[in-house]
Amino acid sequence: MKAVCWWGKEDVRVVDVPDPKIINPNDAIVRVTLTAICGSDLHLFGGFVPTMMRGDILGHEFMGEVVEVGPGVKKLKTGDRIIVPFPIACGSCWFCTQGLTSLCDNTNPNAWMNEALMGYATAGIFGYSHMYGGYAGGQAQYVRVPYADTNHQKIPNGVADEQALFLTDIFPTGYMAAEACDIQPGDTVAVWGCGPVGLFAIRSAWLLGAERVIAIDRFRERLGLAAADGKTEVLDYGELDDVYEQLKDMTGGRGPDRCIDAVGMEAHGTFIDAIVDKIKQAVKLQFDRAHALRQALHCCRKGGTVSIPGVYAGFIDKVPFGTAFGKGLTLKMGQTHVHRYTQPLLERVQRGEIDPTFIISHRVSLDEAPEMYRTFRAKQDECIKVVMTTA
Amino acid sequence: MNLKEKNVAEPERWISVIAGGALAAYGLKMRSIPGIVVAALGGALVHRGATGHCMVYESMGVSTAEEQGSQVSVPYGRGVRVEKAVTINASPEVLYGFWRRFDNLPLFMHNLEQVEVRDDKRSRWVAKGPAGSKVEWEAEIINEVPNELIGWRSIEGSQIDNAGSVHFTPAAGGRGTEVKVVLRYDPPAGVVGATVSKMLGEDPAMNVQEDLRRLKRLVETGELPTTNGQSSGRDVR
Repeated sequence: MKAVCWWGKEDVRVVDVPDPKIINPNDAIVRVTLTAICGSDLHLFGGFVPTMMRGDILGHEFMGEVVEVGPGVKKLKTGDRIIVPFPIACGSCWFCTQGLTSLCDNTNPNAWMNEALMGYATAGIFGYSHMYGGYAGGQAQYVRVPYADTNHQKIPNGVADEQALFLTDIFPTGYMAAEACDIQPGDTVAVWGCGPVGLFAIRSAWLLGAERVIAIDRFRERLGLAAADGKTEVLDYGELDDVYEQLKDMTGGRGPDRCIDAVGMEAHGTFIDAIVDKIKQAVKLQFDRAHALRQALHCCRKGGTVSIPGVYAGFIDKVPFGTAFGKGLTLKMGQTHVHRYTQPLLERVQRGEIDPTFIISHRVSLDEAPEMYRTFRAKQDECIKVVMTTA
Repeated sequence: MNLKEKNVAEPERWISVIAGGALAAYGLKMRSIPGIVVAALGGALVHRGATGHCMVYESMGVSTAEEQGSQVSVPYGRGVRVEKAVTINASPEVLYGFWRRFDNLPLFMHNLEQVEVRDDKRSRWVAKGPAGSKVEWEAEIINEVPNELIGWRSIEGSQIDNAGSVHFTPAAGGRGTEVKVVLRYDPPAGVVGATVSKMLGEDPAMNVQEDLRRLKRLVETGELPTTNGQSSGRDVR
């Protein structure tokens, strides 16, 4: 089969590899019909995530048709159309029973690596480094899904692939970020980053009752998409002297009640700290650039919430923790517990409350993946979201 | 157990007295509620050192004191001691039942090849050594409280003297069962010793921890998660 493989920093290739097979009783094999490149795949592409190996199959946003199930699988049969959440959950540990599926105790075969870095190991993730289990990903024609009874959401025929695909990651990720804000009547929500997660966070903030939503980015097409709903206000930080002053003015001097950092560890920025971060990251003094996080902490109103769906993987310098403490901020973060959102968000799609296809900018075939990684990374060609068919 | 009975070894008692005294002094100096807690902890350590009896050890069914007679196959101060714990989302009954069938142990103990149950007390253990070699010993159960603990040791004349115990304690708030394992080995010199060292690895504590992780995964999910055998760009057709 054809699979998109990581071959080194800024080098991904489409390689002909053996088809996956059932290894454990609870496995299923899925023929992938549609898959996507995620912003977090760019962290792998850029070489920011340790424990990648040449030949690893990428991809954690994928869906398709079940073609084979192991003897332990009870809830799936050949022919079922499913999406697969990006974190792999066992469904039976204490964390899974609490709905905290991205913190599953059991699915990471390399738990000791993850534990060495974080103290306690979290769930395995498809195509996302050996630290997260080393599972082959779904940017391929076929993929093996462990604990398949837990790791799927069936998709009814009335819902198209493109409408369902983003239930794997970015829609629940944006939604969980907005939900974590505990939005109250009258709240203003500011969202840093209008990539796919930011755009879904914006739409979700509206669904959850925000009074106002302000989007911050510097890419015209992304701000355009954010504003396309006719009610989201946008700030182009490339043209502004001071995002803080602007947000303060827009909110009567109070600051936004809820701030969402949908940027994460590869933040761009125009201030001095962003430039210092970039140099440090280049010489490996720190893994993460955190410009958006610093700004969100600074801008948030007293007693507000800073919610962080953007991915961070290591150490960050000069986070104004005193600011967060002094203002009594609530910080919420973490990998998304996708499993608990797929059913309710699918229902929102079916009711027409949101059409997730609005973020798709590029529709290509798997063969074009290497070029698309470069395009997406450079944010050229107004690239926001790439989906790939696998035939 | 008699409360006066000594279950703490001599060097450990001295360390307890010295460390406990320092902790108590520091805690009292803090003049705060955390300080009182620290001082109380220090006091408990001093008491433990002075009396040679540790409440914590007692609750675990453990003793590091030397006067243990025939109950222990590995004398204090010799060999390797490993202690690890894991919380498993299952009842003590299920876990005790699984462990008590010693022939289940090779399912999650990586270096164990086979355990043959001889009778209610005795079993024969075969562990993997380097280059296809094997280490064998016979073990007997010396202590057992159903659904709470199992203690065993190798019988006299074994290739490797070892002892172990496993304790099953319900975790608070219905969060499953805390499974704690204490193992002691006394590897002999020579070829068998080298085999045993290899078997234990450079980090015996990590080996035990990984064994317990496998037990948890097996009991909670019915299989061991793995990526062995999956395809990648490294095995290009």
